[in-house]
Formats: sequence, C-alpha cells, structure tokens
Amino acid sequence: MAKIRKKGEKVVPEISTASLPDIIFMLLFFFMATTSMKEVSYMVKFTVPEATELQKLEKKTLVRHIYVGKPIANLVKLHGTESRIQIDDEFADVNQVEELITLERESMNEVDKPKLIVSIKADKETKMGVITDIKQELRKAYALKISYAATQRQ
Amino acid sequence: MAKRSVPSINASSMADISFLLLVFFLVTTSMAVNKGLIRKLPPPLDKDQPIDTQIKIKERDVFVVLINSQNQLMVEGKQISVKDLRSKTKEFITNEYNDPNLPIVSTVNVPLIGQINITKDHVISLQNDRGTDYQSYLEVQNELVAAYNELRDELAKQKFGKYFNELDEASQLAVLKVYPQKISEAEPKNYGGD
Repeated sequence: MAKIRKKGEKVVPEISTASLPDIIFMLLFFFMATTSMKEVSYMVKFTVPEATELQKLEKKTLVRHIYVGKPIANLVKLHGTESRIQIDDEFADVNQVEELITLERESMNEVDKPKLIVSIKADKETKMGVITDIKQELRKAYALKISYAATQRQ
Repeated sequence: MAKRSVPSINASSMADISFLLLVFFLVTTSMAVNKGLIRKLPPPLDKDQPIDTQIKIKERDVFVVLINSQNQLMVEGKQISVKDLRSKTKEFITNEYNDPNLPIVSTVNVPLIGQINITKDHVISLQNDRGTDYQSYLEVQNELVAAYNELRDELAKQKFGKYFNELDEASQLAVLKVYPQKISEAEPKNYGGD
C-alpha cells in the first residue's frame, strides 16, 4: 500500500518555468533595439518653449531638425555664448542653412520630398533675430512646412 | 540503486528580475515625442517683383499684432496682455455685431453648413522685432492659432455636434472654408532697440 501511494505522489508534473526568463530577455532586447536613442549629440543647450496648440509630427522620416541655442558648457571656450545653429552634428552658419536643408531633402525619397517638415528646436530665450534669419533661409530653400518644437503646457 | 537528485537552482525569480529590467528600460527611454506648432511659410519673394504692386487691403480687414524687443504686445494700436489676445482675435475674425471697425462681413453659402456670415478678407498681420524672445513670439503665435481652433470647434459643435478633429474630411473642409487660417508675417525689419 505504502509503495503505491508513494508512486502516485511522484506523478504530479511541474511546469517548467526555466524558459520564462529567456522569453522576457527577448522582449527586453527587442525593446532596447527598437527604441531609438537620440539621433544627434547636442552641441547646444535648449529648453523648448511651452504652448498649447501642438500637433504631433507623425512620420519621423519626414522631419529634419534645426537646433538653436547657446553652446554647451565645454564648447563655450571655442564657440562663445552667442546663440548658435546646429544641424545634424555640426554648427552651421545662418547662410549655410539653405544649402544644408536642400542637401537633406536631396537625400530623401522622391515621394517624400515635398512633405519635408523642418522642426525648429530653439531655446525659449533665443532672440527672434536668429529664428527670423533661419525662416528666411528655409523660404529660400522652399522648405515651407515648419514646426516650432514646444512642450505641452498643462 | 538510489538516485541522488541534484538540487536544481530555483530560477523562478529570474523572470521577475528580467521583468524589472524590462520595466526600467521602458520607463527610462524617453520616446522622444515630436510635438510642435506647425506653421507654413510663404514662398520666397521674387527678386524682380516690384514691391509697390501689393494687393490693396482695407485697413479694417487687417489685425495688426506687434511684439517689441521688450516682449510687449501691441494689438491694433493698443498695448494688451497675451491673455486677452485670444478673445480679441476671435472677436476680430467673427465680427458678430457687424462693427464698422472690424472686417467686412459677407454671407456665403458653404456646402454642408449652409448660409453663414464670414469675414472673407480678414488678415492677421504679425510683426516682431529681432530682439523679441522666442518664448513670447511662440506664445503669441499659439494664441492666434488657438483662436482659430476654438472658432472651428465652436462651429463644428454647433453644426455637427462634434469637435473639429472628430469630423469626417468633407465636414472638416467645410469648417476650414468658414475659418481659414490667415496669419501673415511681415517681411522682417529691424526696428532697432536692443
């Protein structure tokens, strides 16, 4: 009798959870691979202004960024404290903007070219002079759709 | 033969640990949301285009908004605060009471909406100084856009019972016909000042 009961106890199967960590790790790697980190290293520091009537920029591939602000702390010696323009990974002069944006557009898909949106990410303390100059350059480059980057005001 | 079972390491907490990691990464990676105030720039001026052949616009049709280098706001010759800008703008765009100082009201027939009074020729002219702060400029732009958005929402609610962005495309176009955004930015000038 005792022998039979012992046998019966042994039969209870246990679900192996050994593969669970692997599954979760796979998820983890998936997320780590897909979430893009910031595209460029900022050479200017900026806090975008606040506004309420914001629209989302849907397609990332259509958007090009222009950063405007004062150079970051360890570039102050080299570039001073005046507001500078950064496109991609380099500082740009105002009169280079047209050329650079045109180049950016050339590298885009033929279908997407007219849909280019230029997002101006500028520090809220920037003087409008710089922004106006950029806008004039963008007009010359026929990049007419722009977006003033801002954060949602609560 | 007696079998000695090798004690297995309990791996059930491994899942929890990796879940924790997963959550940590999900929280810390900021999904950089690209939000902004979307505006359209006018195409560049033709160099050969003579300046004085500008279209004649009546004074009552223009809503002049000026921002100076001290970030002060002047609307139609009066200094006001940004908070009042939205209601002022709405008043100007609709001209409900047919004020002779506000833009000319005309009755038009818009598909899906019907007869409606609109100010066809109104223009909002925004001018800023080179010394204006970006934040103030954007606030003003924001208020102007907000005025339009509120008017569109009001009309959509009244005629269709929904908010503007919940409407189908045809009705949206109809609403846009009533309230097209007409914000013009002057060619930049340097007014001086700091």
